[in-house]
Amino acid sequence: MTVSLESLRTRQIDPTKPLLEVDDVVMHYKIKAGEVSAVDDVSFTVHQGEAVGLVGESGCGKTSVALSLLRLLPSNAEYISGEIRLDGENLLALSDEEMRARRWKDIAMVFQGAMNSWNPVYKVGDQIREVLDTHFRGMMSYDEQRHHMERLFGSVGLPGEMLDRYPHEFSGGMRQRAVIAMALACSPSLIIADEPTTALDVIVQDQILKELKRIQAEMGMSIIYISHDIAVIAEVTDSLGVMYAGKLVEYGPTSEVFARPRHPYAYLLLRSTPSITGPRRVLAPLEGEPCDLLRPPAGCRFNPRCPFATRRCTEEEPPLLDIGGGHKVACWNHEDVPALEEALQR
Amino acid sequence: MTAPAATPPQTKPLLSVRDLEQRFPISRGMFRSPNQFIHAVDGISFDIAPGESLGLVGESGCGKSTTGRMLVKLMEPTAGKIVFSDAEYEKDVAKISRSGVKEFRRRVQMIFQDPYESMNPRRTIFDTVSEPMAVQKVGTITDREQRVLELLRLVGLTPPESFLFRYPHELSGGQRQRVAVARALVMNPSFVVADEPTSMLDVSIRISIMELMTNLAKDLGVSYLYITHDLAVARYMCDRIAVMYLGKIVEIGPTEEILANPKHPYTKALLSAVPVPDPSYVRTPVEIKGGISKAINPEPECRFIQRCPWATDVCFENVHPPLEDKGGGHMAACYLVDA
Amino acid sequence: MSINERTTKHEVSRATGDDLARELATRALADTPIWRIRLRLFRRSFARNWALFRDNKLGLVGLAMIAIFAVMAIIHPILMATVWDPAIYDPVVGYDSVAVEVTVVEEVTDPISEMEYQEARLRFGPLTSLGDTVTVRLQPAPPTLAGDYPHFLGTDPQGRDIFSQLLYSTRAAFLLGAVAALTTVLFATTVGAIAAYYGGWIDGGLMRFADLILLMPLLPLLIVLSAAFSINMVMLGLLIGVLNGFGGTAIVLKSQALAIKVKAYIDAARVAGGGDWHVIFRHIVPNVLPLTFLFMMFGVTEAIAIEATLSFFGLLNVPMTWGVMINTAQTQGYLLSGTDFWWLLFPAGLAVSFLAFAFFIVGRGMDEVINPRLRAR
Repeated sequence: MTVSLESLRTRQIDPTKPLLEVDDVVMHYKIKAGEVSAVDDVSFTVHQGEAVGLVGESGCGKTSVALSLLRLLPSNAEYISGEIRLDGENLLALSDEEMRARRWKDIAMVFQGAMNSWNPVYKVGDQIREVLDTHFRGMMSYDEQRHHMERLFGSVGLPGEMLDRYPHEFSGGMRQRAVIAMALACSPSLIIADEPTTALDVIVQDQILKELKRIQAEMGMSIIYISHDIAVIAEVTDSLGVMYAGKLVEYGPTSEVFARPRHPYAYLLLRSTPSITGPRRVLAPLEGEPCDLLRPPAGCRFNPRCPFATRRCTEEEPPLLDIGGGHKVACWNHEDVPALEEALQR
Repeated sequence: MTAPAATPPQTKPLLSVRDLEQRFPISRGMFRSPNQFIHAVDGISFDIAPGESLGLVGESGCGKSTTGRMLVKLMEPTAGKIVFSDAEYEKDVAKISRSGVKEFRRRVQMIFQDPYESMNPRRTIFDTVSEPMAVQKVGTITDREQRVLELLRLVGLTPPESFLFRYPHELSGGQRQRVAVARALVMNPSFVVADEPTSMLDVSIRISIMELMTNLAKDLGVSYLYITHDLAVARYMCDRIAVMYLGKIVEIGPTEEILANPKHPYTKALLSAVPVPDPSYVRTPVEIKGGISKAINPEPECRFIQRCPWATDVCFENVHPPLEDKGGGHMAACYLVDA
Repeated sequence: MSINERTTKHEVSRATGDDLARELATRALADTPIWRIRLRLFRRSFARNWALFRDNKLGLVGLAMIAIFAVMAIIHPILMATVWDPAIYDPVVGYDSVAVEVTVVEEVTDPISEMEYQEARLRFGPLTSLGDTVTVRLQPAPPTLAGDYPHFLGTDPQGRDIFSQLLYSTRAAFLLGAVAALTTVLFATTVGAIAAYYGGWIDGGLMRFADLILLMPLLPLLIVLSAAFSINMVMLGLLIGVLNGFGGTAIVLKSQALAIKVKAYIDAARVAGGGDWHVIFRHIVPNVLPLTFLFMMFGVTEAIAIEATLSFFGLLNVPMTWGVMINTAQTQGYLLSGTDFWWLLFPAGLAVSFLAFAFFIVGRGMDEVINPRLRAR
């Protein structure tokens, strides 16, 4: 059933070249009680064809990062500083009109909760056609559009006749596949997938993730996965960023970060994920309550919950520094974490 | 017909479920009697030993929550027996009269999934935790306060006094779930149904709640029926796991045994689909066909037959396979698995 | 459990952030009765809601208007007992007229002046002659502050003080509103909660009955009822309350109760051992109560308007209300003469409109407190 995506635009990719560069982005939400620093000084680079994961707990700012990239923030949000460059072009400097043209065409998104992505009163095919109409006005005939959409559906493993169905006739997994098909409609170079499989059952989740991985490889796309599910991120990404309280606290190649987490939060987060494989090891619980972004603590934002915190952590904010091989950590004590880790195990 | 059930090595089970069934009629208008039924739970049998926790695992719609609700008498089964017996009390749950319900409620409690919805926003933590005592008229108000303080301390909310007269919205998700645990344990029950108690919580908080629940179970001798869709969580919480598919238990056995050596094709597929938090680990894929089917008036043969990659003539010619011991208390409902 | 001990450090800091919680934490139930703690909690939540309500300026205006009306209602009996002579100022049986000296037509020149002269002779005796000055006792009299008995808003066609009537009727309006609102809330919450909780044929029966009442035209029904029976204010309040409570309000509250019924805390209460009544009155009703207060406000508005309408048609067995005041003006034909006799119509009419409006905007203000989505961020 699956159609190869050869026929769609396939990119020549150079994995050393950056596609998206996020540079020191600071973003605040203004609410009645004050300013919430939802994204604070976040920088990372997505290379061509790379899958990057952002993990963190609810309220850590990972979805705010996604919305910042797309410039889909609510009206009370404000960019304070920073640049987001796609192929060298600063997205934050574009007009709303220009940005609208970029969305779907260059950056597409797959959101959490696929039901809300669809308008229940229109057929799914007609809703995808609307995207094509917007971005390829006059470039495709009605029949060409239909043909293209059938290929899109084929590529995500859905039969073409499903295009004539309404969203409620799709199961959860099929709906999410259709959302992916819609994201692929204009062959974007980057897809942002915010919790793409969260509401799905594990077998369906597995199928969808495989599908996404295959499409990514075939089309030479980059994907940013945003999830709270560490196991999912471990499987599908090349690089991984761990966020805490609006900050990127650790970033690096996924295998490296998993093998040697150096930020205490990342360490605890990765170690507190239960697994069905391997020995049944003791899980490390993370104590305390999440950071209040209205009044973040002085110094490192993680210091009130950190078992390794020292005096310095409560006074100075650690920068995100490269500790070798593209592995970056924002922690004063990252060199001591392995030793402390052993102490904690005992 | 009474199906044989997985009997743990202990003597008398705390809870013994036999051929439990729940069918929901699909309404076809006001004056027509329904002829279609959703077989939400379709004749399942299992035992839970005192102090044991059993994990009920399956995808959404497999009937695991319905089973849990029947065990705590939030829902009456359409057929089958649930026998609950601890020290001096033995009752068929379905036959408990209105007047006997309160006594049953002292022994069986439940923890719910959503910590934001399982507490009345207009009642204080004291009211919430002491509610079972209040409705069952146990103790004076100072007795209740002492008991609530004791439990809040037990679930790690200290100093407990500072939580007594707060409202749920003043607490974080993790704290609320601790309160929910306290409420479930206030009457000293011997059996608690936990319906996905950690699935709404963040990863880090999830672990501390799981730890709390296992520690308390050990200390207080409570048995859990732990309902979850997450096999990895079940691994840490349960002594045994029962896997449900479309209203049937397809496999049941000791946790590590099931994870290491799954026998039923569905369990194999389910396990192979669970993502592993280790980038170097390569899973062996088990391809199964199609999506989950509907449990409306299902065909008599094996429920999994449409998706099973190994289905043979035996499967098509016989009714749904019985749950049989395939060695060492590991039971599976499949004709293709040898004992 | 070392884990829990470590957890506590942070939870304490969070827990002690609140002054009241800190204070309550130091008290044991043994020496502080629980009702006192509940009272404190209630006062705190009231203070918070009040702060939210206060942000809504329109709601405050409504509250101020209601306060003015309340003062009016309270002041009437005081005035009657002290400065006002009941014979003059009683709203129902008082009488006064203003003496005005008028000159009888000076000269008969045309048929009209001839008629006026004849009329004067009929009224003041056959001895009245052209050019005489006679004293006329005028009623309705326009507002006057002069004389021993000032009438701020004049008198009605029967010589009764309008201002006194206005104040007196305020009390009746409040009474009516309170009875109607409380009855509405009582019936609507009970019916709504029971229908939602039990579902099935109980729900079906109650809701079809509610549909029936909702579709029944309220005003014509009340007109028929008031024609058949002698209805006073309390009965009218009860009637409006029952009809509203079983009708539209019950349907709205049922849908709200339905949303609450599926919450896990309802199941939790049942697992705790709570019976049906416990669940309905301890869990469902308290959670629909904020919404019922809202409907109570709108109910008052409606009751006041209905009363004015029925009294206007003279269908109620009540001595004096704003509706009766307008009715008096209307039956004696003064409404036909435009605004010449404005004091007969405007004080009562505006009072009806303002009080109804005041309750309505207070209800809207409460809506913002209850419904977080309406709140400005």
